[in-house]
Amino acid sequence: MEILLQQIINGLVQGSIYALVALGYTMVYGILGLINFAHGEVVMVGAMLVLSSLTAMLGWGVPPVLALPISVMLAITGCMALGYGIERIAYRPLRHAPRLAPLITAIGVSIVLQNLAMMIWGRDYHSFPQLFANTTHSFGGAVINDIQIIIFVMAVAIMAGLMVVVHHTRLGRAMRAIAENQHAAQLMGVDVNRVISITFMLGSAMAAVAGLMVSANYGLAHYYMGFLLGLKAFTAAVLGGIGNLRGAMLGGLLLGLIESLGAGYIGDLSGGFFGSNYQDVFAFLVLIAVLVFRPSGLLGERLAERA
Amino acid sequence: MSRRSLCGSLRFGLLATLLRGFFVMQFSDKRNRLKFWLVLAALLLLPFITDALLGRSWVRIVDFAMLYIMLALGLNIVVGYAGLLDLGYIAFFAVGAYCYALTGSPHLALAFPMMFPAGVHLPFWIVLPMAALVAGGFGVLLGAPTLRLRGDYLAIVTLGFGEIIRIFLNNLDAPVNLTNGPQGISRIDPVSVAGVSLNSTQHIFGIVFPAVHLYFYLFLAFTALVVFVSRRLERSRIGRAWMAIREDEVAASAMGIDTRNLKLLAFAMGAMSGGASGALFAGFQGFVSPESFSLMESVMVLCMVVLGGMGNIAGVIFGAILLALLPEVLRHIVVPAQQALFGRTLVDPESLRMLLFGTALIVMMLYRPAGLLPSRVRRRELGADEPAAETSVYDATH
Amino acid sequence: MLRTSRIGKKFGGLSALSDVTLHIQRGEIYGLIGPNGAGKTTLFNVLTGLYQPSAGEFQFNGAHYRAGKPHVLARAGIARTFQNIRLFANLTALENVMIGRHVRTRAGVFGALLRNRATRDEERAITERSRELLSYVGVGKSGQTLAKHLSYGEQRRLEIARALATDPLLLALDEPAAGMNATETASLKTLLQTIRGSGITVLLIEHDVKLIMGLCDRVAVLDYGRKIAEGVPEQVRKDPAVIAAYLGGGDE
Repeated sequence: MEILLQQIINGLVQGSIYALVALGYTMVYGILGLINFAHGEVVMVGAMLVLSSLTAMLGWGVPPVLALPISVMLAITGCMALGYGIERIAYRPLRHAPRLAPLITAIGVSIVLQNLAMMIWGRDYHSFPQLFANTTHSFGGAVINDIQIIIFVMAVAIMAGLMVVVHHTRLGRAMRAIAENQHAAQLMGVDVNRVISITFMLGSAMAAVAGLMVSANYGLAHYYMGFLLGLKAFTAAVLGGIGNLRGAMLGGLLLGLIESLGAGYIGDLSGGFFGSNYQDVFAFLVLIAVLVFRPSGLLGERLAERA
Repeated sequence: MSRRSLCGSLRFGLLATLLRGFFVMQFSDKRNRLKFWLVLAALLLLPFITDALLGRSWVRIVDFAMLYIMLALGLNIVVGYAGLLDLGYIAFFAVGAYCYALTGSPHLALAFPMMFPAGVHLPFWIVLPMAALVAGGFGVLLGAPTLRLRGDYLAIVTLGFGEIIRIFLNNLDAPVNLTNGPQGISRIDPVSVAGVSLNSTQHIFGIVFPAVHLYFYLFLAFTALVVFVSRRLERSRIGRAWMAIREDEVAASAMGIDTRNLKLLAFAMGAMSGGASGALFAGFQGFVSPESFSLMESVMVLCMVVLGGMGNIAGVIFGAILLALLPEVLRHIVVPAQQALFGRTLVDPESLRMLLFGTALIVMMLYRPAGLLPSRVRRRELGADEPAAETSVYDATH
Repeated sequence: MLRTSRIGKKFGGLSALSDVTLHIQRGEIYGLIGPNGAGKTTLFNVLTGLYQPSAGEFQFNGAHYRAGKPHVLARAGIARTFQNIRLFANLTALENVMIGRHVRTRAGVFGALLRNRATRDEERAITERSRELLSYVGVGKSGQTLAKHLSYGEQRRLEIARALATDPLLLALDEPAAGMNATETASLKTLLQTIRGSGITVLLIEHDVKLIMGLCDRVAVLDYGRKIAEGVPEQVRKDPAVIAAYLGGGDE
């Protein structure tokens, strides 16, 4: 029972990170009908930027209270610029090209980012500095630490903020209009290119925060971390119904739970044949299962919900 | 010795016939026939020339280039003809390679000492079709759920599949040692043709054929076979249906093409070709490990297809040769150049290579979507000059 | 030949078609007209299997269909063209028509690889028939041109040739005269009459009322997804509901 509770906590924390990244996929998909393959790498860049600026500032003697927000802002700015650049260079010129073309440039962008990151930050794992005493709270036999609580609360707050933006601002209305019908939106005076750029930047900002969360949660960052994370977040987006914001959040949390419960129990279920090193397989199985049984995802693709 | 050389000449006679059969179609009139014999002679002499000019290690590199050509041509059926993006193609190569590694090595003695005290040693020529079928089966299993959906899903699922296969290969060493984990499987039986192992130096008519040369001829024969299959498919009812799907799936189905089945067929044929190449690879190397089947290898093969020219056989071969030789060139030029300039290696050739690949994918799609060597008659699917084809995708749904 | 019964199609909460019942007789040219957004193309997409109807079913050549698949309906004998031309842009005109023969031919992978006598004969027949069809619609000289490099009028004709290559019983044309000048329209009219003369039933969506009236044996009018009139052109033209729909419709 304690194990169950523990796995649920871990799953929700991990899932809230997936949800943040999945939102990036789903927003772009909703607007452009395009899978932004490079999104996972933006998360990685975010994590790396936070880490290196944080480490540098701590080294100069800047107090953590100041260093953390500054480095997060730096990472967010950097990732937003990156997201903007990716869209401008790799996707915009191909907006009317056959579908295969932007998929291939997206792969190209991921590879370039990954290898640039490897050149800049090396092949080694970078450890996340200890900023404060990470107190562990226990209840019902399970434990949760401060970092996990912060991650979850922050993720929920950001998602709530995004919903407000999409549903109650001019920008959000423009985004929904483009998702509905790009051409008509343009005729109605919406600056389509600008809104698309902003969408990429918003998604990238969330990716930067997610990068921070992942590296804080595991205490590690690595140039290759974006690939699998991106794949899983995409799965989460598909699970919830790609193009649907609420779906991405739901899908993220669910996938986190499935993974953590699956990894916790796979040993027992398979009589010890498979171990927790198969954790990464679950996301993939979920993806296949969704595509077979309910390709529109759990929440379908309600048009009004698309952003 | 005489029996051996007889065998050898028979073998190469067979090979020449096969090659001839294929080239005759391409070079049918008289002048072209001369061209064919010149090309064939050049190809047959290639390992010797390479050996003499660059050394034995380069013959090995050329052998690997041949393997890459086979892989790229297999992927070309999927991406170039049917327009399906397969990002985990190397997984099928891995499946084929492990098929032969398991059934042609002492390894299984570790897992099942009672059943196979000496491991399993099936003949290569039995394993080869088996490997193709197993890989094709995986292809169908993977393609069936995804191919009725939009193309991007296939891309992601294949990407995931490539990763999953690697996870399994890495971890299936316990509790039963099936794959030997990250260490990989070694002491794989060499390929033998007509009872003669290709892993040994042969003397034929007084000419010395080292193992790498023999494998070169084997790979040449298989490459010719893949080219033959690709060409025949391209100019057939099936090939036309694939291209119709690539051009406009809705219109294709309205013309009576069962798009799902034909896409599945393309996907399975690509997978089979990958599986067969994998078995060849395992026999040639004598060793396989999960490391050889990373995502980057899939990307590299895709790059070969895109760079050379999707859907165009000559282009794809060109792309494969270019990219297979690139890392060697980088290693021989970039490293010494950096040493000379900075006194140390700042950028290792491996990451420089990947960086170049990534950039190439982007630049090609933006500026030269038909590839470096587009086919003469047409600039296919990604023809840059006309956005019209895509804008119409939406109108049937209005 | 084709009989629809109470076909309905909803998109979300929006009803694009409701209760459409039509009857097309063998050998006639049947026109489908109506203001923009009346649901003509939607009906087309249902009949050719691109859309699943939300209600009703249709009967074609003796078989019932509720939710057909495009390739099944093409095999059954319904061929279509598209309002916004959808040719295989990067293939030659001849190849486009050859692809139309797909559904009436058989060669599979083994045929392609072995290229045995049966396959060779079939290929020859496909090529011959496709050449014939190209000449039939009047683009015989452009066989080796890429579809996207043909003129607009030629593309429309090529699309008809491609559809005819499937040996259809019913040829469904979605605004074939759109964007054509008077001369092109006139020769299209002759072509359609020839096609009908060869025994193929034609279903035609068109905005060009003059073309419809001069060509069609019978006409149905859709407005807001409902059939408001059906009959011979003279009779439909005088129908007060039709006049009201067009006057209210605005841009016709």
